[in-house]
Amino acid sequence: MAFRSAVITFPGSNCDRDMAVALEQVSGTAPQRVWHGEAELPERLDFIALPGGFSYGDYLRSGAMAARSPIMRAVVRAAASGVPVLGVCNGFQVLTEAGLLPGALMRNAGQTFVCRDVPLRVETSQSLFTAGYEVGQVVRFPVAHHDGNYFADEATLDRLEGEGRVAFRYAEAVNGSRRDIAGVLGAGGNVLGMMPHPERAIEPAHGGSDGRALFESVVRGLVEV
Amino acid sequence: MKVRIHVSLKPGVLDPQGRAVHHALEGLGFTGIEDVRVGRLIELDVADGTGDADLEAMCRQLLANQVIENYRIEKLESA
Repeated sequence: MAFRSAVITFPGSNCDRDMAVALEQVSGTAPQRVWHGEAELPERLDFIALPGGFSYGDYLRSGAMAARSPIMRAVVRAAASGVPVLGVCNGFQVLTEAGLLPGALMRNAGQTFVCRDVPLRVETSQSLFTAGYEVGQVVRFPVAHHDGNYFADEATLDRLEGEGRVAFRYAEAVNGSRRDIAGVLGAGGNVLGMMPHPERAIEPAHGGSDGRALFESVVRGLVEV
Repeated sequence: MKVRIHVSLKPGVLDPQGRAVHHALEGLGFTGIEDVRVGRLIELDVADGTGDADLEAMCRQLLANQVIENYRIEKLESA
């Protein structure tokens, strides 16, 4: 059964091609490319990806404008119906701005743009996205962001931790994120937002392939089961 | 009708920009600065009679992110 996925492109997205290549390499099927101005998604999608970039030039707040674009209403409906959604970097910012994930991504605590490989600790293997990792496993993904400082109030953070919804944590100081959170799951478990880029670490030529297991987990979880 | 929307970070939310500006002011020799918070001012020119409910909705739905920000609506005299 073919893996039916879509990659959304906003004006200013720049990791949409990387995301599409990663999905095609791992699943064997090229994702459909969907422009932000569309009001509807392709039918019967298995998976939706919101890529990194600088949608709308980060005007107002990173991800704020993209979160109100026409396609996001369809993405919110799809997520509510259980379709898995992955948001990476700017995609994570869009997911928080759209209310699909709690919290917000603020300017990095050090004020600087951070662009390097960082170690992450996998915090749960009980999700579609992380089933291919071991809890406590340390993986290396690239980060490239200015606004990756995850903020949520203490009650929200406690709830996320208690519900096993912290997917990845930075294993070293990166951007000032509360409790070093690098990726969080939505309440239904089918939405993941993360600042680091798994799609930029899927083959040795990238300098590492730790991100491949994330896409393999998704494809295995959705197609082969 | 001119309307100003003042958006500011909630108390308790760390403001890296404010901290950098604070340090820069001290670097210029200014003393006695307790704290600096950087916010955003949005000026709207809206039809006379635009209701408070609409202005509130604009703030809640887009202009402010209530996870981290507060907003204040200031209506100015009609031109």
